[in-house]
Amino acid sequence: MIIEHPLLGPRDAAEFVYLGDASLLDRPDWQAEDAAERFYEYGYLRDNPAGQHQELWYHEQGDRSWLVVTRNTVSHEITKVELARDVARERGRARGRDT
Amino acid sequence: MTYSAFRILKEGLTGNKGWTPAWRDPDPQEGYDVVVVGGGGHGLSTAYYLSNKFGVRNVAVVEKGWLGGGNIGRNTTIIRSNYMLPGNEPFYELSMKLWEGLEQDTNYNSMVSQRSILNLFHTDGQRDAFVRRANSMFLAGADAELADAAQLRKELPFLDFDNARFPIKGGLFQRRGGTARHDAVAWGYARGADMQGVDLIQNCEVTGFEIENGVCKGVQTTRGAIKAKKVAVCVAGSSSRVMAMAGMRLPIESHVLQAFVSEGLKPVIPGVITFGAGHFYISQSDKGGLVFGGDIDGYNSYAQRGNLPVVEDVCEGGMAIMPMIGRARLLRSWGGIMDMSMDGSPFIDKTHIDGLYFNGGWCYGGFKATPASGYCYAHLLATDEPHEVATELRLDRFKRGHMIDEKGSGNQPNLH
Repeated sequence: MIIEHPLLGPRDAAEFVYLGDASLLDRPDWQAEDAAERFYEYGYLRDNPAGQHQELWYHEQGDRSWLVVTRNTVSHEITKVELARDVARERGRARGRDT
Repeated sequence: MTYSAFRILKEGLTGNKGWTPAWRDPDPQEGYDVVVVGGGGHGLSTAYYLSNKFGVRNVAVVEKGWLGGGNIGRNTTIIRSNYMLPGNEPFYELSMKLWEGLEQDTNYNSMVSQRSILNLFHTDGQRDAFVRRANSMFLAGADAELADAAQLRKELPFLDFDNARFPIKGGLFQRRGGTARHDAVAWGYARGADMQGVDLIQNCEVTGFEIENGVCKGVQTTRGAIKAKKVAVCVAGSSSRVMAMAGMRLPIESHVLQAFVSEGLKPVIPGVITFGAGHFYISQSDKGGLVFGGDIDGYNSYAQRGNLPVVEDVCEGGMAIMPMIGRARLLRSWGGIMDMSMDGSPFIDKTHIDGLYFNGGWCYGGFKATPASGYCYAHLLATDEPHEVATELRLDRFKRGHMIDEKGSGNQPNLH
């Protein structure tokens, strides 16, 4: 697979490490009433769809950026690649601050 | 019809006109006591043990494609019980014992061959870990035998003992481990279940569950609705997709695992051998092909095909321990879809929906577990109590903090 890195252009997927579903960006609020249940779901349960899947890839053998890759799990076709940083910011989060 | 040497002789002398199909091809009835979803190895062995050992005969197996067309037909056929943790090892040892009696039990030649499995180690630390594993195996009644390099040099002179990076210091044998003919395992169970009246319904895809007030009362299929007192899902590889129809999310990711076969060679590899420093396992089939594999590709996939970096990695693993295979040509490679669970261990459990049961999460260890998986699942379905060796294989174990993590790599499915 070739991943179109937003900064570096086309890169071999073998340069990356795969983490999993991009929902891992959305860490639950640890102070919420149901935090234990939310963290259980966050840590262990997955949608695991057959089809479009947003997932986190880490460019370990490259610029060490985290990417959100939108990929079809049936055909392996990659349709969208974004910097995870940008995705997190779009979701209203900034590094090092509680928002 | 009982299969025997006498029968082959008789049929051979009478033009082979007396053979009949190994199982019927029935239409679905209105309802059953148990409907097993998935006609693969585990589904068929569940139906076999339900009907042959637990007296539950009003059973149907519904299968989307053909019997044994999933992972039972695309694995590397290794049987073994060399696990370590208490939640796992007794279960796999039960499986090993069932393998040993399988052919007599099912009256079917599954070509179970206890040609041994050897896990190589390459460092002193790894040897200590294997000694610990061996002791853990003894506790569960399994066999284990530690061999040093001198002994291995005699038994397996073709190994690259003096490899500069990963010298071979010895290995852990399980002599009772080995291989079995994967398709024949499915067929033997199918025939044995059919003979007890189990309906094996092929080309019948489950499209939904009939769930009323938290009780599962049957399945909808492409061949109509089928009522069931109990629905037993057994579709590893597609577990998340099927259980999503019941509104459940699972602690599972689907990953692709590739396997490889070389051209046929004269006998060179006597048993199953695994690499301790990378991930590589190899055996030689009775036809002569080297059957081998390694790591999963590592990303979510339902594609039943993998990519080239893993092909390279697997072949490098092979070359690191036995350079003699370097000139053998690769004949075929393929991929299968694994239920990779959050701790690398499987599930055999009830769900929160009454009447709906779940078996899955086999990672890439499903084949060796086929007999015990079916036996324990049948026990659960027949008695509503888990079998004593499967009490830890629960769906809620992560919530309770009771993971069965052989590798200690945490809730990262692609590392197990």
